[in-house]
Amino acid sequence: MSDLSRRKLITTGFAATAGALGLGVAARLAQSYGLVPPDHSGIYGLGETLTYASQRLLTRHSLAREFRRSQISKPPFANEIPPLNEAYRRLQAGGFADWRLAVNGMVTRPAAFSLDQLKSYPSVSQITQLQCEEGWSYIAEWIGVPLSHLLQIVEVQPQARYVVYFSIDPDWWESVDMADAMHPQTVLAYGMNGDDLPVGNGGPLRLRLPRQLGYKNVKYITHLTVTDSLKGFGKGLGSASPEGGYAWYAGI
Amino acid sequence: MRQSATHGTIPRVGDSAYLPTAASAVPTAAPRVRHSVLVRITHWITTLCFFALLISGVEIVISHPRFYWGETGNDLTPTLFKLPIPASRALVPTGYGYALPDQNGWSRSLHFQAAWVVLLTGLLYTIFGLSTGHWRRNLLPGGADLSWRAFSAAFASHLRFERPSGAEAWSYNLLQRLAYLFVIFVLFPLVIWTGLAMSPAFVSAFPATVTVLGGQQSARTIHFFVSLALLLFLLVHVVMVWLAGFWSRMRAMITGRAALPMEQP
Repeated sequence: MSDLSRRKLITTGFAATAGALGLGVAARLAQSYGLVPPDHSGIYGLGETLTYASQRLLTRHSLAREFRRSQISKPPFANEIPPLNEAYRRLQAGGFADWRLAVNGMVTRPAAFSLDQLKSYPSVSQITQLQCEEGWSYIAEWIGVPLSHLLQIVEVQPQARYVVYFSIDPDWWESVDMADAMHPQTVLAYGMNGDDLPVGNGGPLRLRLPRQLGYKNVKYITHLTVTDSLKGFGKGLGSASPEGGYAWYAGI
Repeated sequence: MRQSATHGTIPRVGDSAYLPTAASAVPTAAPRVRHSVLVRITHWITTLCFFALLISGVEIVISHPRFYWGETGNDLTPTLFKLPIPASRALVPTGYGYALPDQNGWSRSLHFQAAWVVLLTGLLYTIFGLSTGHWRRNLLPGGADLSWRAFSAAFASHLRFERPSGAEAWSYNLLQRLAYLFVIFVLFPLVIWTGLAMSPAFVSAFPATVTVLGGQQSARTIHFFVSLALLLFLLVHVVMVWLAGFWSRMRAMITGRAALPMEQP
């Protein structure tokens, strides 16, 4: 073994050790700054983590593009929905008068809101694009109450890190971090294009999150839970999507 | 550099054909480094990622094989064109009476993971290409090569499927240089850009990246065509490697060595 190859071996050893230590430190830092998504394990964890971490560093406060009224898609596209269950049809028959949005978890004042109550709060309107992971998209005007407003009413506790939200369809539930939950364009939408939100588009209540793909925009919302950990929900991957093979963070 | 360290006259990586005096000092059949370690590693990582991106990209397209121009597009809007294939979603009007199985979950995850790996690999390659002079030496055409005559001569020689001379086996000819430059500086940046322009979160921070393309659906359509162009490059690249001598070229890109005889000028 020549001097050269020994030196090379030692250098390589040092580089590998430094690299491994560096990765460990980076992982620790990423974890403490909330840059690691709940679905970071598994063979695609590297990609999911890099995407989520860089999006959090780049786009924490940026606003989704808004469009002119003339750019609204006519007619709006309503994607295929699974047959709605008995509970939904009963509420629909009553004109959604008994629809409730329950908010609980790490909040000081858990509450259940009727649609009329939600409509009594200051409303916002946004003309934004809804983009499906499949590739299609449409632009609509969405009217509703910012999620941040509701979270202020129930007083979110400071240790909260995620908001988990559930559809009346038990197979569809999602969660977002506080950056997305408190984002001004994250809206509990009850109206669309100047009218009530149509059933095909998620009526009577849908979470609009224009910086993430369609599947994070859960339709028929009945329940929000504020939490500091996603471990207790489903398989602990953050939402139903990663359980079905899709990314938890869907800003891409 | 294991061998060259003890052998002062070995030319720098990739230099050979342009340094006839140094090259002539080397025994003609001695195995020499045709491609540097970094070029070889980044080449094969890129190859692997390209296949992952291609397969997953095809699966993603199958879920909605319709293409549009502008900001929006869906089943209710006119298309720019549609692929005559069945879709993996029942709602898409394809003319087929059935839907293929949905493969988008793993496809999207694989697509973005491979995109990250190839992006970081590309970054490493760019730093290498700039700092070592690899681009300037091996990819940028030399002064004499830039004439119309040199270009047409190289083009005609390609059309006749002439086998490369010994010197050409040690460097890239003009057409190769132009093709590689086009892939590295036009197609790769464009495919990354149009990919990012489809991300609703990315464009919220950098809206101009999608507006200058004409909209998110335009970005998707351009992404599709750039991917086709990359696929076309890959096919031509493999055919050329085959014609030039598949195993010797593969050996050069895997081991770095090439035992091709040097043509003495």
